[in-house]
Amino acid sequence: MRPPSPSIPEKDFLYTSLKESLRLDGRLPMELRTPTLTFGDDLGWVECSLGKTRVLAQVEGKMVKPPPERPYEGIITIHPEISPMASSEYEPGRPSDEEVTITRMLDKVLKRSDAVDKESLCILAGQRVWHIRLTLHFLAVAGNMLDCACLAGIVALKHFRRPDVEVIGDEVTVHEPTERAPIPLAIHHTPFCFTFAFFPDSTIPPVLDPSQLEQRLSAGLISIALNAQRELCVLQKLGGVPLEPDEVLKIVAIAVQKAKELNSIVDARLREDWEGRHVEVR
Amino acid sequence: MVRIEILNQGGFRSDGRRQFELRDMTIDLSQQGQADGSAVVTHGLTHVLVSVFGPREAKMRSQTIHDRANINVEVGVAAFSTGDRRKRARGDKRILELAATIKSTFEPVVQTNLYPRSQIDIFVQVLQQDGGLLQACINATTLALVNAGIPLLDFVCAVTGGVHSTSPLLDLTLLEENDVPNVTVAVMPKTGKATLVTMETRLHVDRFEEIFRLAADAGKVIHGEMKSAVRSRTSELVTVMGSGPRASGGDLVDKDGDDRMNGY
Repeated sequence: MRPPSPSIPEKDFLYTSLKESLRLDGRLPMELRTPTLTFGDDLGWVECSLGKTRVLAQVEGKMVKPPPERPYEGIITIHPEISPMASSEYEPGRPSDEEVTITRMLDKVLKRSDAVDKESLCILAGQRVWHIRLTLHFLAVAGNMLDCACLAGIVALKHFRRPDVEVIGDEVTVHEPTERAPIPLAIHHTPFCFTFAFFPDSTIPPVLDPSQLEQRLSAGLISIALNAQRELCVLQKLGGVPLEPDEVLKIVAIAVQKAKELNSIVDARLREDWEGRHVEVR
Repeated sequence: MVRIEILNQGGFRSDGRRQFELRDMTIDLSQQGQADGSAVVTHGLTHVLVSVFGPREAKMRSQTIHDRANINVEVGVAAFSTGDRRKRARGDKRILELAATIKSTFEPVVQTNLYPRSQIDIFVQVLQQDGGLLQACINATTLALVNAGIPLLDFVCAVTGGVHSTSPLLDLTLLEENDVPNVTVAVMPKTGKATLVTMETRLHVDRFEEIFRLAADAGKVIHGEMKSAVRSRTSELVTVMGSGPRASGGDLVDKDGDDRMNGY
């Protein structure tokens, strides 16, 4: 069910306020909503919220037989679950255009960018590898699902610990978390995604992390995924308002700076949570 | 196993091109079936056929928009298009993504407000793939839309670029695409603005700036090719229809006295 388009007064109000660089929720144009990360009891369970947008990410691992064409690598699969719980515009069954975009972006940001080292997931070449399954549940949508989902996903992967495995010859022994401390996944780099919205009037500056209304009334979105080491993982501008190359590069520079800030926030939160956990090793 | 060099010491790539050389581009605007407009574009070994139907009455009333035309894009990738024969399901995510990308690229360019409650169908058929698929699809779609006589704000010209260690490359083949971080850029040549920028591989920010600017410039070269193809096809049609100027070289005269569109 497609939600009704925003009314004309809403549209006019948004455009006039943005012309004066005032956003409806009081943020600056280039200000990200502060992400709140809540960790569950299980390792690899993270709920990320950007304002009212909430995404739940959960990582689990199990041992499987690898496909014959890639015997030395583990498998990572990402499962986004967008249901009408998030918003009434998402119908179960048929993926809408937006869902396809989000699924593909998540794939590119978390899998294609090689964030997690797949070779370290190999236990016994050709016979046993880890299959890491990342499930993302979209709980509430208030604009910018993509950034929230990417953040939840990467933090969950960083939070997850897999059981320690011992290989003697051809025998594989899995140690319980109570016997041996579980090991974190080997993460090469931490990609973060930033979405900027553009509006039909070119005098209105772009905004970072659009809210629901801003996203509906935008004329184009540009999503940039990059890590704190200034490496761009994914850059996606699919149509929308055409931009000068200089404007695109300016946006990239802003994203670079935000990535550094977000990286330190995430690291601090992960450390805080880890210290709070009581891991006993008998 | 022989490792093929992307760029050798002499400055040549694996298919004999130089660093900034684009592949051979052929454009065929002859009519395909019942389509209102069609184009077959090849970039080297990548062949794409696009047929455009419209603007016509929408098949499904639920998809009409009251003040604009609805653009519907469907992409079919032939099983024989790649090296090994692989049948792709219609609902394959990558193909759906390609279709969604083409749709969102052309939505702001096609003047849809001139045809409310109607539908423009764009059918893309990929016949042969050798890298630069999105590039070829976008160029072919632009030409098919122009051929169908659908009003556009400007051409959309796409090109791929990549960076091999520190050397930028243009118009990548499949081999290069798999090996090297690459970006596809589509520009509107009149203003030089970029409408589509997609990059799926990791690349450092400074390298990105270089290749992005380069690809935006290369789009203008593609525009030249497209314009001359459209012009020659139009003059062919006009001569065959017998309504063009009999004398040679007379098309720069302002025939209708309104001082506009001279030379077109």
